[in-house]
Amino acid sequence: MIAFEGVSYGYDGSNLLADINLRLAAGSFHFLTGPSGAGKSTFLKLCYAELLPNSGRVTIMDQIAASMSRDDIAFARRRIGVVHQDCQFLDHLPVDENITLPLTVSGQVAQPRDLRELMDWVGLAPLARAYPPQLSGGERQRAALARAVIMGPDVILADEPTGNLDWDMSLRLLTLLMELNRMGKTVLIATHDMNLIRQAKSQVAARVLRISNKRIQLAGADL
Amino acid sequence: MRPSQAIASLRASLTPDGSADSIVPPSGHTAWLTTFTAGAMAFLAVFALALALASGRLAERWSDALERTATVRLSAPQDQIDLQIQAVLNVLQTTPGIASARALTADEQRALLAPWFGPDLPVDTLPLPRLIEINEDTSGYDSEGLRQRLAAEAPGAVLDDHTRWRKPLAVAAQRLRLLGFLSIALITGATAAMITLAASAALAANAGVIKVLRLVGARDGYIAAAFVRRFTLRALAGALAGTLAGMIAVSILPAADEAGGFLTGLGFQGWGWMTPLILPPLAGVVAYFATRAAAIRKLKELT
Repeated sequence: MIAFEGVSYGYDGSNLLADINLRLAAGSFHFLTGPSGAGKSTFLKLCYAELLPNSGRVTIMDQIAASMSRDDIAFARRRIGVVHQDCQFLDHLPVDENITLPLTVSGQVAQPRDLRELMDWVGLAPLARAYPPQLSGGERQRAALARAVIMGPDVILADEPTGNLDWDMSLRLLTLLMELNRMGKTVLIATHDMNLIRQAKSQVAARVLRISNKRIQLAGADL
Repeated sequence: MRPSQAIASLRASLTPDGSADSIVPPSGHTAWLTTFTAGAMAFLAVFALALALASGRLAERWSDALERTATVRLSAPQDQIDLQIQAVLNVLQTTPGIASARALTADEQRALLAPWFGPDLPVDTLPLPRLIEINEDTSGYDSEGLRQRLAAEAPGAVLDDHTRWRKPLAVAAQRLRLLGFLSIALITGATAAMITLAASAALAANAGVIKVLRLVGARDGYIAAAFVRRFTLRALAGALAGTLAGMIAVSILPAADEAGGFLTGLGFQGWGWMTPLILPPLAGVVAYFATRAAAIRKLKELT
């Protein structure tokens, strides 16, 4: 799905990430952990071509990111669902229209039944016509997840998705992500929440990656 | 972009797309600013167009009125005046290219001078030259040859072919017309500049919206089209209102016939009333290309 080959990325001449070699295989479940500022968000942005590497090669859906046109990147993003900690919405549109936004921009129409099922799945059916500013942090995260999966993407990238949530809500979101993985989706969650990682590892075959000294390593049993 | 592509793109841009249109937040001061700017510019453009068309008519009228006529001015002792008039008329009647010639009567000369000296001018007692009016036919005449023949037959006769008067008037009217069209061009440019600024401001203000749209896989063309359509339709609506207001204002100007002067003739005539209707589509086209260029540039900046 997404592969990194000798990838380095940095700002102002100094590398934040260096010599990253990694492959996110189809159907895999990964956690990415590391201290704040280690480069977790940067890594995720490289995964969906919001950033391009300074050196090395990122391959997204069999295309080299650096040589993708802007339209190619847009089409690739329709196959990659992204959930941010501070998920953003179009505040002038109700929740259901925000969730169907990926379909709208790709010229498709959401089937009412499918949308209803999706809203039920994330527990937002009663809030379908509410506006994003009216949602709580947990509701926003779930709405962002629904938006990320409505196109049936191959990859789900979540950047600190539980950062603003209490433990119960974090578990609920994690459960949704694990369900998606069981459906065959590739999932990568960037988080520094070790309890969340331990909880997930007890239920799903997740690999844990750690950013340390600008490099990504497979974490061992020290979690 | 080829013309056919541009037209297809323009048509697509003007076709409302409810779902796509809704992605751009509906409000903002740029909304009424664009409509107002387009309306005000269209209003001014109507007057510039009226000026240009009126100047064109004036130039043609003056040219037509003076182009096919000439005057022979005859100064001679009183006892020879009739003889020389006859001699001049004989010369003129035998000159190829002259359709007719006749000496103005004393009353006609008095009428010509009345605006300056009043109606009671004793023309007969003043040593005024006699005037002979010449009407050319379509082939025209050899003015230099005529001058030489007049010098031989009637030494006091001077041929005035109106070139000296006609040229500056026609040039002045043509320059006024040019000025009118130049004003329209400037108004068009200013409209494009203002709409570009408004569109750029709207795009910058909606950077967050654009970020979300890109995150969910929107192509730049899709995002740009949503803004372009909105600004094009606003400019079109504003220009339509401004054009109608301008036409109403022009229609209530005094009619040309009442005083016969240039200023009172500043308006449209006949089919000329249809020409301002080109302004709203023109504003739409200007807004389309201005917003499109601004959107493409801004979207490249917002990586």
